[in-house]
Amino acid sequence: MREQLRTIQENAEQELAIVSSMQELENVRIKYLGKKGQLTQVLRGMGSLSPEERPAIGQLANEIRSYIERKLEDTKKMLIQKEKMQRLQQESIDVTMPGKRRSMGKKHPLSIVLDEIKDIFIGMGFQIAEGPEVELDYYNFEALNIPKNHPARDEQDTFYINENIVLRTQTSPVQIRTMEKHKPPIRIISPGRVYRSDAVDATHSPIFHQIEGLVVDKGVTMGNLKGTLEVFAKRLYGEQTKVRFRPHHFPFTEPSAEMDVSCFVCGGDGCRVCKGEGWIEILGAGMVHPKVLRICGIDPEEYSGFAFGMGLERIVMKRFGIDDLRLFFENDVRFLKQF
Amino acid sequence: MKMPMSWLNDYMNIDITPEKYSSAMTMSGSKVEGIERTGEDIQNVVVGKILTVEKHPNADRLQVCQVDVGDEVLQIVTGATNIKVGDYVPIAKHEAKLPGDITIKKGKLRGVESNGMMCSIEELGLSREDYPNAPEHGIFVLDKEYPLGKDIREVLGLNENIIEFEITSNRPDCLSIIGLARETAVTFDKEFKIPEVYVQETEEEASKYASVEVMDADLCPRFAARVVKNVRIQPSPKWMRDRLKACGIRPINNIVDITNYVMLEYGQPMHAYDLKLLKGNKIIVRRAEDGEVIRTLDEQERKLDSSMLVIADAEEPVGVAGVMGGANSEIRPDTTIILFESANFLGSSVRMTAKKLGMRTEASSRFEKGLDVNNVVPALNRACQLVVELGAGEVLKGIIDVNNSNPVPVRIPLRPEKINSFLGTRISAQYMVEILTKLGFEVDMENMMVTVPSFRPDVEAEADLAEEIARIYGYDKIESTLLSGNTTLGGKNYKQKLEDRIKSCLIAQGLSEITTYSFTSPRVFDSIRITQDSELRKVVTISNPLGEENSIMRTTTLPSMLEVMSRNYNHRVEQVRLFELGNIYIPKALPVQELPEEKIIVTLGMYGDCDFYDLKGTVEELLYVLGIHQYEIVPEKDNPSFHPGRTAKVLKGKVELGVLGEVHPDVLDNYDIGVRAYAAMLDFNLLMENANVEVQYTPLPKYPAVTRDIAMLVRDDVLAKQIEDAIKKYSGKLLEDCKLFDVYKGKQIPEGMKSVAYSITFRSSDKTLTDEDVQKVFNKIVDGLRNDLGAQLR
Repeated sequence: MREQLRTIQENAEQELAIVSSMQELENVRIKYLGKKGQLTQVLRGMGSLSPEERPAIGQLANEIRSYIERKLEDTKKMLIQKEKMQRLQQESIDVTMPGKRRSMGKKHPLSIVLDEIKDIFIGMGFQIAEGPEVELDYYNFEALNIPKNHPARDEQDTFYINENIVLRTQTSPVQIRTMEKHKPPIRIISPGRVYRSDAVDATHSPIFHQIEGLVVDKGVTMGNLKGTLEVFAKRLYGEQTKVRFRPHHFPFTEPSAEMDVSCFVCGGDGCRVCKGEGWIEILGAGMVHPKVLRICGIDPEEYSGFAFGMGLERIVMKRFGIDDLRLFFENDVRFLKQF
Repeated sequence: MKMPMSWLNDYMNIDITPEKYSSAMTMSGSKVEGIERTGEDIQNVVVGKILTVEKHPNADRLQVCQVDVGDEVLQIVTGATNIKVGDYVPIAKHEAKLPGDITIKKGKLRGVESNGMMCSIEELGLSREDYPNAPEHGIFVLDKEYPLGKDIREVLGLNENIIEFEITSNRPDCLSIIGLARETAVTFDKEFKIPEVYVQETEEEASKYASVEVMDADLCPRFAARVVKNVRIQPSPKWMRDRLKACGIRPINNIVDITNYVMLEYGQPMHAYDLKLLKGNKIIVRRAEDGEVIRTLDEQERKLDSSMLVIADAEEPVGVAGVMGGANSEIRPDTTIILFESANFLGSSVRMTAKKLGMRTEASSRFEKGLDVNNVVPALNRACQLVVELGAGEVLKGIIDVNNSNPVPVRIPLRPEKINSFLGTRISAQYMVEILTKLGFEVDMENMMVTVPSFRPDVEAEADLAEEIARIYGYDKIESTLLSGNTTLGGKNYKQKLEDRIKSCLIAQGLSEITTYSFTSPRVFDSIRITQDSELRKVVTISNPLGEENSIMRTTTLPSMLEVMSRNYNHRVEQVRLFELGNIYIPKALPVQELPEEKIIVTLGMYGDCDFYDLKGTVEELLYVLGIHQYEIVPEKDNPSFHPGRTAKVLKGKVELGVLGEVHPDVLDNYDIGVRAYAAMLDFNLLMENANVEVQYTPLPKYPAVTRDIAMLVRDDVLAKQIEDAIKKYSGKLLEDCKLFDVYKGKQIPEGMKSVAYSITFRSSDKTLTDEDVQKVFNKIVDGLRNDLGAQLR
């Protein structure tokens, strides 16, 4: 009987080793452990054994049974694993085929940089002021110390609606409107569209964007102007950026200055972007002219302030290496998608 | 303003590289635009001496020369015939550069090596006028011996550095060499002196020959004149012509050149008249008569009007004051007696006149900025001094000076402390005084009172003094400090935040932002099929537009969007998804008396792989993001720009937030768009009024939802909205959502009908719904749909 059991174990083991499907596995189980299975048969024949032999054979039979059960379980796991592997293999796809993209739209490049600039000034406590594009001559010129017949009017060729209404040539009228309405302290930037009657070419457009800023408070100094704009330049172009202020002239500021930043392409060594100068002019600034303060009902003996202005297109063009201003207004999708 | 650096040496001794000079001047307020070097385009051309001349073995017309250029002897083949042994000539060596981007290289001429080229005066880019000794034909044989191998530019005096300044409009005094010299002196801390002017006069009185009458003194505060007799018209000397040319002015003859030279030197424009041609020997300064005509020096007929000031003789205008002289009194080769004019005209009048006549001249661009009345006579005298020096004529005695000006010097108190606190500096009072004095200001130390020189009308108040002090002290020395004092609350306001929200919502939905012009053509209304009587045609018109296509402020953004889509379509871009937040400009009344209303319109545009429902979905998502919920989207059949059957408007109550739809095929044709395109326009202000971006959390549902599908047959013209409205109406509080999932027409569906299927979700907030609960509502809905819309349940 011992012999018989050993044979069953060996046979079961051999058969399990070559099982290749769940069905075959089940067949093996039934053949040995089923109700009429070989091992079951052997156990049924236990009664014919002597009482001495019975416990030993019984123990052996049980051991073999659990051995086969364990083997069955292992084989089953192995088969499941194998089938899963097969399925995964069959399911393999060409991952180099194109993905299904949900493209986001793009912000216009002018907005991208404008948003950055807004963030920088908001971080310094500035608010964003807005005003009309179709503007009174008074706010666009006269209140800014540019009376009729002032030569500065020639420098900004103006679109007129009628004698008193113009398309604003600068965003400075927003500063005047702000000073008229609000008492200092004032810290604003006023971004927006401006208009000048320039024919269209690669560097001119009759419509473009400016960002101006204004600070008015007690004790505001030219040192503050420099400090504030220096921080701005470093935030926009990186901490390594150097700035330089040159004297200049604007009718509504005194003293006036232009600010250059060290070229952010070559770092100041001179290259194509800065035309070999190492510096790029980015904005005009100055201390608000006392006349302008007075016009707005602010006493220049008590308050002082500074103002600055820059052209957005120019900054964006330098930033992205765009050489033709017309691209901004043509809105070719192949252009827009690059940003 | 261009300035040859050598001219500065008339006033001071300055020895510095043009680069260093330029950067220091830029930092003290006279911005240098560029540095030009004469002879820059001539390189590697040297003096050579011809040692031998032999006939070319293979060519009759060529000669072979041996030329000593100092460090070597070059063999050069030439076709020139005007050379001989011993001549000194300019030699362009191998790799030499000549004007016109020409490079000389060695080579063989008919089999004989030639290692350079002898140059003619033309090849050096020079003119015979400037080098009268140069031979008329052939090689430029030099007038005498020069060191061999010396750079030809030094030999010919082509080593000038010309500095080009950008002079701001407030500093007309710097449109002169003297003005720039003064700035140079202060910048480099040099002594500066204007050389004394002395005029050698004859005994004869000028007033015997001419008289001046100023009728309109308001436009001409001062008019001074001198008379020169026995004039000999000839070219002016080379040094004067060189300086004029360096400054960009073409030399003409000695008298005209003197007027231009003095204008450059003193900043005072001048004019010379042929006195013989002045009828009545008289100058009358008066306003022109309307319609009066003058032929100016440039041979153009100019029609004048009574706002313009002219210089006239007894009969007719002989010059447009401050702008240009007349051809009728022009200096000619046979002119023998002249009248020099040095006058002061009102800047704004000159500016207007020049603008009206469309002729901005060297003179007018100076006058319009307002010139110094006190400069009139010194400049006149300087011109006459030059006349004598150049032997150009005899200056008669006396100045005819009609002076109606009464300049009152501007006086400003100097408060060093105030200036320091304004600039954020600690500059000593003494240094401030020093700076101002050097700039030509007088400072009364006792009373700390500054008197502004008459050539600085731009300085009016303390802030101007602060600028003078700051720029000479150095902007770079002012310490940068951050703002202190009152803090302010920065940030965006609600409107600005909402704009950002709209933009990011649309960008997230795949639309890209565009920026378009806010003015457009009046023709666009026809292009988008707007009726003749439409309000949209009431526009703000630009009185001086660049062209008709940009002459009105837009009252609709649709054309801008269509133009962009058209451009992309024609660039073969297959698919576009675009949006713009842009203004329209609505006049309050016509003609425009007050500022128009500026309204932001959110414009969407798309074509390629999309349909109406893509557009609608985008709009719905946008409304959702703005927290706008109770709105309706209903058919809009009457918008002429859109497809009558594929267009809708967005209603919030009775307010129309905007329109969306397929662009009308005729409009697409007008814009050359060959595919169906979709557009929407939403009024930003109305979106803002209805938006609610404040979020309050709603607890998540505790009880499960039950979903039932319903399929029904309805007439073709029943709208989804009607079905949905009915479902909402009859399901009461239990309705959570209803979704259209199928619309079917065709087989098994009777003609004129359609099958519509909805999935309806019910949920209660306080219990789990039973089948009976749901069935009850469901039955109500079915009944309602049948009664209201004639729907048959399938």
